[in-house]
Amino acid sequence: MLARFAPWRGALYLTAVLLSAAFMLPFVFAVGTSFKPPSLLHVHPPLLFPPLSQAQPENYWRVFNFPGIPFATFYANTLIITLSATLGGVLTATASAYGFARFRWPGRDLFFTVLLATLVLPEEVVIIPKFLMFHLIPDWLFGQTWINTWRPLIIPSWFGGGAFAVFLLRQFFLQIPRDLDEAAVIDGANSWDILWSIIAPLSKPALATVAVFTFLGHWNDFIHPLIYLNSTDKFPLSVGLRWLTQQPTDPIEPRENLLMAASMLMITPAILLFFSLQRYFVRGIVMSGIKG
Amino acid sequence: MGSVAAAAVRPRRSAARRREAIAGILWSSPWLVGFFLFTFGPMIASLYLAFTDYTISNLSPKIVGFDNFARALSGQDHLFWPSLVRTLQFAAVMVPLGVGGALAAAVLLNQGIRLVALFRTLFFLPSLTPVVASAVIWAWLFNPNWGLLNHLLAGIGIKGPKWLSDPDTAMASLIIVALWGAIGGSTMVVFLAGLQGVPKEMLEAAEIDGAGAMRRFWTITIPMISPTLLFNLVLGIIGALKVFASPVVMTAGGPSYATWTFILHLYQNGFQFFDMGYASALAWVFMVIVVSLTLLNLRVSRSWVYYEGEARDDAR
Repeated sequence: MLARFAPWRGALYLTAVLLSAAFMLPFVFAVGTSFKPPSLLHVHPPLLFPPLSQAQPENYWRVFNFPGIPFATFYANTLIITLSATLGGVLTATASAYGFARFRWPGRDLFFTVLLATLVLPEEVVIIPKFLMFHLIPDWLFGQTWINTWRPLIIPSWFGGGAFAVFLLRQFFLQIPRDLDEAAVIDGANSWDILWSIIAPLSKPALATVAVFTFLGHWNDFIHPLIYLNSTDKFPLSVGLRWLTQQPTDPIEPRENLLMAASMLMITPAILLFFSLQRYFVRGIVMSGIKG
Repeated sequence: MGSVAAAAVRPRRSAARRREAIAGILWSSPWLVGFFLFTFGPMIASLYLAFTDYTISNLSPKIVGFDNFARALSGQDHLFWPSLVRTLQFAAVMVPLGVGGALAAAVLLNQGIRLVALFRTLFFLPSLTPVVASAVIWAWLFNPNWGLLNHLLAGIGIKGPKWLSDPDTAMASLIIVALWGAIGGSTMVVFLAGLQGVPKEMLEAAEIDGAGAMRRFWTITIPMISPTLLFNLVLGIIGALKVFASPVVMTAGGPSYATWTFILHLYQNGFQFFDMGYASALAWVFMVIVVSLTLLNLRVSRSWVYYEGEARDDAR
């Protein structure tokens, strides 16, 4: 192949390095800015990093203690919402996928086609009726609305965890030989035992993949918290960070350093998750692409 | 005798079938219930609401026929067409550059260079960044006075534009941010997997026959990865049309509505004006556009997507 010729190889490496630099530059500038004192923000030329003597690692601490802005609350809120939604998503997607992969029931294939169709259905189409539903039905049943609570952000995840999760797990379950189930049935196992002691343990990579994607989906979700929440102390990071950008500062001084610190604090868990579960990530993306 | 045995077995077997069906439906019930509760039901509800005048203060929706659609399509809502056109323009630039760029990046990483895992990770990290965080970071990079971008441009003798604060460059700025997050992301990873499935013998045979690199790419690689390309195109178009968080955070739809996208328009009507009937009509317009583009895409794909299994049938 062409890669054998030295000049061509050099060009390939140069392109890869330049592209990497372009992708990394925003992070570098953001991290550098997050350590700057306000006096170094609006200067010409802009510095990538502050001189070591003026670096302010305490900016990260200041974000959490910014007067009147409950950044620590945003963080805790995001964790609670994301973890409860992810738990529900993984559990119920596993059950739903098991029903699709291992049982014959009338309408199964039709509903599986419907499930595939919902993969390309934009969620935005149903935000209005879902909002009305979470407002009107609890109001009618319990006399109180669920708007401005976390319920609309968590409860839907407990109903199958999304079409992508069910699809991915079903594909994985289908690859597990049925002989194992049948042997277990002869030993007196019921369907619950088969899922719990045969299929789930063999599907750990797929379960991890679904958990990672569900986690990130909720961690990054913006439009739903924007619609459902209106008290600042209930905001997750996505809406909270945007709210932070809109707050006037007192005294008026540049605060891009704090905004960058806040952004990096929001990004870090996603990146850590990626590094700890990198192979599941790649596998999940590839599965979605090849089989879809 | 056989029929007696069969008659004895049949009820038992059908009872087993029934038990299996009930168990299956029960296991799948979370998704089934969720589908009716959070997807199908709301879709029907929004179809109904699209034909009503319904604001959250006036509790009973009043049927108004096609008024909402007429208001949108006739231009009486003077932001409808501009927001739709802008969103389509965004997608028309974003999809070729995003999908093409991801393919180019995947081809680059598939050339057998060293440190592939490192480069792949570096390319991938932007796509992991939450949109709100990347919007905040890029707004700072785009800052015309103090941002890094115009400083770098000045270094090569270009006077940088005002980016987000100029109506002429605001949309282009959003496209840059979106490309940064899209090129090295899942699209590229899917392409990489597709490229690894292209049979090496076929490429080598073509090389021996004297086919150059470009020729091999267009006549072997592209047809072999065409299903992957279709998948990425379908998802890329849908993703681009949904653009919402970055204009909300970076420009609030401005300046002078230059970045007022369709979902932003829907959001404003539904959740700031609480005009739920009209916003539902907008949602259905959006769905019809997305579904027709997807179907069109699948239809056109028959002429260019190559599936190995099908080819064997043709040969016969």
